[in-house]
Amino acid sequence: MAGCRMKLELSRVVQGRGRLGVLKELGKTGQHSLEVPGCLLHTHLGAVPHLTRDTLHTLSNLPSVTQVTLSNIAEHQEVLEEFKDGFRRFAGLHNTVLYCSLHDPATPCPTGYNTTKTVSVWGSGGRIELTVAKFMALQKTVQPDWYQSMADGETWQSGTSRKRVRKSVDRTLAHLDECLLVHQNSQELEGVEVFGVVEGGDILEERVRSGRETAKRPVAGFCLDGLQTGSMDQALRTQLITAVTKELPEDKPRLLQGVGRPDEVLACVEAGVDLFESFFPFQATERGCALCFGFDVSSDPELAAGVKFGTRQHPVSGGVRRLCAGSLVEFSGVVELAEEKTASGETRQNGDSNPADQSRMTSFEIDLKDKRHRDDFRPLVEGCGCYCCVNHQRAYLHHLLVTNELLAGVLLMIHNTAHYHAFFRALREALANDKLDVLKRRVLGEGGGQTERNE
Amino acid sequence: LAGRCSRVTLRLVAECSVTKARACDLILPHCAVSTPVFMPVGTQGTLKGITVDQLEGLGCQICLGNTYHLGMRPGPDLIEKANGLHGFMNWKRNLLTDSGGFQMVSLVELSEVTEEGVKFKSPYDGEEILLSPEKSISIQNSLGSDIMMQLDDVVSSTVTGPRVEEAMHRSIRWLDRCIAANKNPDKQNLFAIIQGGLNAELRKVCLEEMTQRDVPGFAIGGLSGGEEKDDFWRMVTLSTDHLPREKPRYLMGVGYAVDLVVCVALGCDMFDCVFPTRTARFGSALVPWGSLQVKQKQYAKDFQPIDPECQCPTCRQHSRAYLHALFKSDTAAMHHITIHNIAYQLTLMCSVRQSIVDGCFPEFIRTFMKRMFPSRDQYPGWAVDALASVNVPLE
Repeated sequence: MAGCRMKLELSRVVQGRGRLGVLKELGKTGQHSLEVPGCLLHTHLGAVPHLTRDTLHTLSNLPSVTQVTLSNIAEHQEVLEEFKDGFRRFAGLHNTVLYCSLHDPATPCPTGYNTTKTVSVWGSGGRIELTVAKFMALQKTVQPDWYQSMADGETWQSGTSRKRVRKSVDRTLAHLDECLLVHQNSQELEGVEVFGVVEGGDILEERVRSGRETAKRPVAGFCLDGLQTGSMDQALRTQLITAVTKELPEDKPRLLQGVGRPDEVLACVEAGVDLFESFFPFQATERGCALCFGFDVSSDPELAAGVKFGTRQHPVSGGVRRLCAGSLVEFSGVVELAEEKTASGETRQNGDSNPADQSRMTSFEIDLKDKRHRDDFRPLVEGCGCYCCVNHQRAYLHHLLVTNELLAGVLLMIHNTAHYHAFFRALREALANDKLDVLKRRVLGEGGGQTERNE
Repeated sequence: LAGRCSRVTLRLVAECSVTKARACDLILPHCAVSTPVFMPVGTQGTLKGITVDQLEGLGCQICLGNTYHLGMRPGPDLIEKANGLHGFMNWKRNLLTDSGGFQMVSLVELSEVTEEGVKFKSPYDGEEILLSPEKSISIQNSLGSDIMMQLDDVVSSTVTGPRVEEAMHRSIRWLDRCIAANKNPDKQNLFAIIQGGLNAELRKVCLEEMTQRDVPGFAIGGLSGGEEKDDFWRMVTLSTDHLPREKPRYLMGVGYAVDLVVCVALGCDMFDCVFPTRTARFGSALVPWGSLQVKQKQYAKDFQPIDPECQCPTCRQHSRAYLHALFKSDTAAMHHITIHNIAYQLTLMCSVRQSIVDGCFPEFIRTFMKRMFPSRDQYPGWAVDALASVNVPLE
């Protein structure tokens, strides 16, 4: 029997409004916990992108679960086997729960290579084909605390045939059964938890079938696959997740793969998702953008305008303090953009948000390469207590991006990570205090959040 | 001594009784700097990939910014608005800016050098720009660096003939113009740069003239550009022979470990070089026995740190094997090596300084060389000669 020690303690469950609780007894020693709804810490081979330990530790309250992916790790199997002591030690990770997924959510990989018995991941040197045997050999050498079962999720491209979707469900179930068999017979994996993976593309019946069947297996929780940003619009995603979660036991967590945009997160939480992957901050960083959407729902008007954090000083300030007005308004599947007012009052489109293209800028961020930030001496986000906002200004970030300096990635990653995880905290608080609607208005905008304060 | 007092004070803490080495405290506006010192180069207002906190944490007390690059982007006006380069990059310790002269020669299409200044084409918009002594100092005044360099007429060390002499004399005239143009003599220390190529006579003339000017420090320029090391060290030692004892000597563009140790013995106090940080980004880690190319296959399964004796954050947390793997996945790998290399350079200089203070610098040199080279016959000839010239024979 695969480890089923993790316990989901729910404090609030409201149909259609999401679940709130804590995932407890994580890790081999069972000492860690993770609040839900929450996200995992997305890494490349154990490193939060761009960050070393010193820069990572400027961040507080990071998730207790670190995500690594076989797409990064598979090519190092031999090294890890020789190392013998597991990936955590290899990477110098301490005091964290290690979760191993198949793919890196930040980097969609080519499709068309999965077969009945194999799935492929893409490392730095190209494609690596995994059988269940190799997949499980990897898990034994990585020694995670928990991993997702091998899955065939190549259904996210539009126009995937019904036949192909059905195959992905069948194969994924078969892989799960094989994985569990190996797992139960492996002493090295004693105490390690397995998540089953629910597939089904965009076909309701297949989704339900996959959910129902996966729920019959002795897994600790469920990954929802094939629903990533760009694969379908949120309305369909909500419908499918709602249908799937009806088939899943209430007391086991649901992890949604490949979805990270704030508006999608909110909708999926309402549909019953507990956990997300935190790759969205990294994607924003790679675009040279800073997350700036508001999510404070405090009734204190002073605080309502910004992120609720400690004080922050910056060397040069002046002029009118302005809020970043990143917001997104959705009308029945068509995305309309809110506009950001410049200091002079002109309005300007804040960039295009095409759901089909993950690498495009969203309205939850500002593009720091834009000339208007060249002499803006404010921090990225007023009131943000992260290292970047406490020590640096938009003008400096703009300069670093224009001159292609590596430090831009470091500072943006720090800020974007802080902002994103604070959003999840705000989400949990909103659920606890029945303020989800207020939060949604705040994040999604209703012209909301634009306050002008004169200094 | 009447007249303008030094904004920078050099306190001689110890002098080696065997070589020409000194250990000093350089008191600058932002903090004291212990010499001999290696200054990392943060070209565009940032040390590549490293935060100012990390740099401070490594013990760096002074680093470089480039007038040419910053003068182009984001430009002096913006930096002035940001409270100078210190404010712009939020670096609380000392900054040294060079004049832009070297970049103009090495990087851009050179249009013309005249008495007025250097005319060149901007790589960003093709516009013709004149960098004159006055313009260079004006930019550096806006940057607000603690130490500024004069604009010198830079000639490659491999050039010979009348151009070298012309450049040397012009550099003297430009020094005077720079001194006159400095709006901020109380806070910003303008260093002269000794030129003269590889010609001893020309160097002596330059030294004779420039030391008559009231400047707080001297740099030895025009070297470290591809010339023979045999010529290089002779010019260095000639220069320090004629530079005042009570002012700092800055040898520009030197950063290889062997070069640092030898040139300290020859009497230099300050050094800068892009090499340690640049080579880090290619996966090359500096160690007491040379360098280690982390990206090479042989390190894929090497589970010890880069240097088991190194106390830097990288070596305390990560193995060669992990860094080797990380290079395939994330930029953080580069940052780990950069941190290590800066730590290596700063630790080296710290040890050098300590040995001078303890009166055992010659011993330090011998131990250093033994560690760095597998055998005596692999010691570079020029280094042996240079050290012999300051009474440190290497057997």
